[in-house]
Amino acid sequence: MIRFTAAGLIIACLAAGEVPGVLAIRGARVYPGNGPAIDKGTVVVRNGLIEAVGTGVAVPADAWVIDGAMLTVYPGLIDGLSTWGIPTRTTPTPAPPALAPAAPPARGPEDRPSTTSWIHAQDQVQPNDRSVTEARNSGYTMAVTFPTAGIFAGQGAALNLAGEKPGQMTVAGSTGMYISTGVRGTGTGFPGSLMGVIAYIRQVYIDADHYAAAKQTYQAGARGMRRPDYDRALEGVLESPRILLPASRRVEMERMIRLSADLKRKAVLYGGHEGFRAAEVLKASGVPLLVSLRWPERARDSDPDQKEPLRALEVREGAASTPAVLAKQGVKFAFYSAGVEPPELRRAVKKAIDAGLSVEDAVRALSLNAAEIHGFADRAGSIEPGKIANLTIADGDLFQDRTRIKYVIIDGVKYEPAAPRQEATP
Amino acid sequence: MTRTRFPIAALTLVMLADARGEDLVIRNAKILTVTKGRLDGEILVRDGKIATVAEKVMTPAGARVIDAGGQFVMPGIIDCHSHIAAEAINESSVSVSSMVGIEDVLNPEDIAIYRALAGGVTTANILHGSANSIGGKCSVIKMRWGKDARGILFEGAKPGIKFALGENVKRRGSAPETTARTGTAPPAFLRYPATRMGVEDVIREAFLEARQYQAGWKEYRDKVARGERVQAPRRDLKLEPLVEVLENKRLLHAHCYRSDEILMLLRLADELGFKIKTLQHVLEGYKVAKEIAAHGAGASTFSDWWAYKIEAWDAIPYNAAIMHKKGVLVSLNSDSAELMRRLNTEAAKAMKYGGLTEDEALALVTINPARQLEVDHRAGSIEPGKDADLVIFDRHPLSNYAKVQKVLIDGEVYFDRETDINKRAATAARRQALLDKQRQQQLEQKKGAARRPQ
Repeated sequence: MIRFTAAGLIIACLAAGEVPGVLAIRGARVYPGNGPAIDKGTVVVRNGLIEAVGTGVAVPADAWVIDGAMLTVYPGLIDGLSTWGIPTRTTPTPAPPALAPAAPPARGPEDRPSTTSWIHAQDQVQPNDRSVTEARNSGYTMAVTFPTAGIFAGQGAALNLAGEKPGQMTVAGSTGMYISTGVRGTGTGFPGSLMGVIAYIRQVYIDADHYAAAKQTYQAGARGMRRPDYDRALEGVLESPRILLPASRRVEMERMIRLSADLKRKAVLYGGHEGFRAAEVLKASGVPLLVSLRWPERARDSDPDQKEPLRALEVREGAASTPAVLAKQGVKFAFYSAGVEPPELRRAVKKAIDAGLSVEDAVRALSLNAAEIHGFADRAGSIEPGKIANLTIADGDLFQDRTRIKYVIIDGVKYEPAAPRQEATP
Repeated sequence: MTRTRFPIAALTLVMLADARGEDLVIRNAKILTVTKGRLDGEILVRDGKIATVAEKVMTPAGARVIDAGGQFVMPGIIDCHSHIAAEAINESSVSVSSMVGIEDVLNPEDIAIYRALAGGVTTANILHGSANSIGGKCSVIKMRWGKDARGILFEGAKPGIKFALGENVKRRGSAPETTARTGTAPPAFLRYPATRMGVEDVIREAFLEARQYQAGWKEYRDKVARGERVQAPRRDLKLEPLVEVLENKRLLHAHCYRSDEILMLLRLADELGFKIKTLQHVLEGYKVAKEIAAHGAGASTFSDWWAYKIEAWDAIPYNAAIMHKKGVLVSLNSDSAELMRRLNTEAAKAMKYGGLTEDEALALVTINPARQLEVDHRAGSIEPGKDADLVIFDRHPLSNYAKVQKVLIDGEVYFDRETDINKRAATAARRQALLDKQRQQQLEQKKGAARRPQ
């Protein structure tokens, strides 16, 4: 299937991360991500960027050629909201000595509770983290990774899922602020309720605007003016171009849309399972939605005799139709992994396709839409000349069970997913 | 409370067409206006407002007609103390949590709204809980089932805030043995205050801080007015509502039980220069009714619910009637999603205990709470110019045999008993169909998983 040219052999010898040469996939079915699929298309990759795509594209003489007759080329898949690349803490934090005084619980917004807004995902990345390889093996080339612990958890980064150093992986840093509204429980200080969390978020943005104005005034003439105290929490908040807010139910979507409007901040919602009942609300707001691929399921250990609320049944029935409903309504959305194991993600997307989503829209929600939502579509997300050469190549329709990921190309470097282990079934 | 459970009927209840901008006539009704006595006749509703109440009204061409069939029509019931329709009630981490607000967490899909509606309630004051001395901001809502969180707000209603006194707010946190077991904050960080004296101190300190904040902003505005270029002070969401209380722009609703703490708050209010709009629960209000009336505070109490804790011990069912006769503006509230559905019979108890007249009893759940919430220009009685928030009962609403037949808000039918009953079978069928389908899918998934190579 693969014809090795002289140049190709050299590429094959290059270690990952070095500047790759020229690569051409010829005669494949190509989903460019920004338009309809192309039959018998050719994609040329040079120096880590896409050089050309289309049907009449000539294969350069120096290219290592992949025969695409049996292949389908997709834009490199992107996880729209991820924790891939940031290692989960495996070593438990040592218990504090019994006599050491614990930190007092926060007494109000000024204590900046549950806030690490100054953390950047690009600074936390571990290139050799297991999650990176696993995701790549399942066809993913990028993840928009966020620190997720706390109310203002920190800032995300668009990462390529390959590279030797964190710096090589970062496609775009500081893409946005991850906000969660979970409450730690009583006895842990302010805020202790959803109401308190929202009040805290409001106060932080009021403080951030006040801080920015004070700094500006001070910058213009420091003499005779008391300097504003440095506040890293507000620095982080001011640095973020957008905020990610949790919203699974329609009530939450309406609530968070109103909140972001009050804060005058560009927002992205994540969760979205009741999106099928909120498409008009989302459309009117212009706020994009990251749809969790962890579709709602009845808990495995739930009491079989328990009468479930009709709303729960309806959401379980309708959740996977959310992407189709949003696409029809023209609401921008992208998928995210939400802790689903990477090999299971394609099957989860298939559920949305079965519920009416077109394959083109599904591909878009796995690539270009995520890049657009997070503001890096100028450099990645679709197969267009000049963009980063991230491609996912399968031996058929990506969303069929039998289809295998043949190659994943990241920054022009080809990776072959390890063949699935054949274990003897008992 | 199980607020996630959806009744079969409510979910698929289809609203009747939007009645705004359409004329409506309710005929053949025994009209309990509350403020103007009883009248057997008709009500003309125009643009969601009551236009005419008379024995015979002019029926405009094309008007929708509801024949009440000789049944009773009363103004929509108003509950001055409720905690439904919200996804958080208490911000109990701190003793002053005035920065939080119910409006941020309203849940217009809470089934308790529909159930309250089915009990004839059209308006409610959704309060922060009573976990701390100065609680959070409150929201007055209308039971517009089917509308979003903004759509259920009683537009134009003056904002409120919840204060609380006594046992709840002087609870400091979990006992040390509990915290050791659960690993929560150690006893060293227990909340202040621990006594009723401390509660007074917390409220006084908060208002002194608010006054300083108010002065800071005044100074800034004066400087700006003089043309000076100065940095604006930091907005403080905790102190802003307290300044609004001082400036009479926000209504203060104070949870209380004992007469001593009631007097404490009345005196503190006089000292610091703010007004208490309502005392909530106020079970010992009958002991200090004169003082309450002198301050101008209203009282929102229970009919006959007490002894559930020590501070609620010295209560009597005559409380509402005694306070009313001493000149206090009194309402009866529910504080409960369940009791909320039958506030009409709660009102009736004030006739048995205290001998109020029918109109006085009805006023306890209509015009009086409307006045306490300062929405009486819009709701609380059947008078021309007010919102057409109306309830049709099959019998006199002060009878415990009375059942709600229809509820209108702004002239729009939001509850119809007949429609509800008719929808039940279809909803049950839909529910069963979903259950069957999902069980089938589960089985297929199991089969599929078995087939797939591991």
